[in-house]
Amino acid sequence: MIRFENVTKRFGRKTVLDDLSFEIQRGETFVIVGLSGTGKSVSLRHMVRLLTPESGRVWIGDDCVSEANGSELQRILQRFGVLFQGAALLQWLNVLDNVCLPLRQTRRLPEAEILRLAEEKLEMVGLTGAAEKMPADISGGMRKRVGLARAIVTQPEIVLYDEPTSGLDPVISRQIDLLIDDLRRRLGVTSVVVTHDLNSALYIGTRVAMLHEGRMVVCATPEEFIASKQPVVRDFLQAQGIADLQDVRKAFGK
Amino acid sequence: MITREPPYLEPPVNAIAALGRRVIASCQGSGRALMMLLGAVKYLPFMFSRRNRADVMQQCYLVGIKSLGVVSVVGLFTGMILALQLGLALRTFGQEWTIGTLVCNAMLREMGPFMTGLVVAASVGSAIAAQIGTMTVSEEIAALDVMGIDPLRYLMMPRLVALAAMTPLLALYMDMIGLFGGSVVGATMLGVSYESYFDGAFRYTHNKDLYVGLLKAFIFGVIVVCVSCYQGFITGEGAVGVGRATRRTVVVSFLLILTLGYFVTRLAYR
Repeated sequence: MIRFENVTKRFGRKTVLDDLSFEIQRGETFVIVGLSGTGKSVSLRHMVRLLTPESGRVWIGDDCVSEANGSELQRILQRFGVLFQGAALLQWLNVLDNVCLPLRQTRRLPEAEILRLAEEKLEMVGLTGAAEKMPADISGGMRKRVGLARAIVTQPEIVLYDEPTSGLDPVISRQIDLLIDDLRRRLGVTSVVVTHDLNSALYIGTRVAMLHEGRMVVCATPEEFIASKQPVVRDFLQAQGIADLQDVRKAFGK
Repeated sequence: MITREPPYLEPPVNAIAALGRRVIASCQGSGRALMMLLGAVKYLPFMFSRRNRADVMQQCYLVGIKSLGVVSVVGLFTGMILALQLGLALRTFGQEWTIGTLVCNAMLREMGPFMTGLVVAASVGSAIAAQIGTMTVSEEIAALDVMGIDPLRYLMMPRLVALAAMTPLLALYMDMIGLFGGSVVGATMLGVSYESYFDGAFRYTHNKDLYVGLLKAFIFGVIVVCVSCYQGFITGEGAVGVGRATRRTVVVSFLLILTLGYFVTRLAYR
């Protein structure tokens, strides 16, 4: 579904992605973890061509997104929904209009149908009563949920989540994680999540990959990830107090 | 896509290299701003489509109606200052009765469009740069790009329509207010009756003066939208970047309005 082929990305003299190759299968939730500045968000931004690699290619199915332009790029991007780190809601539109925006601007649908789809997605993220509120009047967690509703309103095949729980308290973070997991089950979308939060990565991920100095040191199922002997992985697990999957389930009250 | 990563450049080795880089960057920036303008022009046929109609009307309201107060004050005092200065100078030669003609010519040809351009650049242009700059910094522009919504259509085109249509109308309004301000000064301080003032104003003014003035105002409106949107779209470095984009918008717009205004006058009145 998504394939990185020897992707290298530099910012000035700093190599952020170093000959990175991996593949994400259809329908899975692929979580990328790692320390700050290791290239997690950079790899995510390559998938929607917000960044272009110095060398290598990024494939979405049979389309090379890293070399696409114009209408071909637009066609590829229609397969994506993206939840940005700060939700990136338009401040002058209320919650409902923000969710309706991609439908109004890119689809030829009757207004009644647009409103029905938007309200359906707001209900999915538990924000039915907040439709008329402005982004400035709602909490960070609600903003992320509105961003999520907007990301899925066009019924994309792939949803990208850039730090979906950053800046949120643990309770709201767990709610967002459960929502991501629930959406994958209900909509069957392919999800790519970038996060620092290992609890969330190991709970929602079907595979977890760890980036370190621009390279992927581990890419495994949650069970295999926890059992990894890689020193950077062990340090990361230890720093977040995770010894086994029981700890993760406890964090989610399961 | 509007969202672009800024190119990385090695630090310049000396002052000449730094100067050369600034010149190249200015040329590249001008080219990119013009390409953005053309990109927005491409969407003009859709200005009354269901997707854009409301945004276009809202921008017209913000530019046209919301600027009326400041344009009124600036226009009134511009006309009064012109009449006062010219009247005092002309009184020496006993020619103060000609101030109607002079104020009308000055307002229509130069001061109306010029002052309107400056007001629009300072109020509307800076607001556009700050708004789009903030959107760029908070990834809202990237979000539009990824959603397949062209920011040139969604954000720039409605502002282009509003400024291109409203700036000439505001200039015309400023001309009238300025002319009125001049007549008040003429009547109260220089002893020139309203009748004599307006007779002089309209007798020696040609249609061309009005058209050239309105053309200038149209060009100034397009300059302001081009500069402000470009500066907004290339904003980086958070709040500092937004501040820089706003300042650059006002400075570059002022300089372009001043220089292009001169060349349009020179071409029109050879």
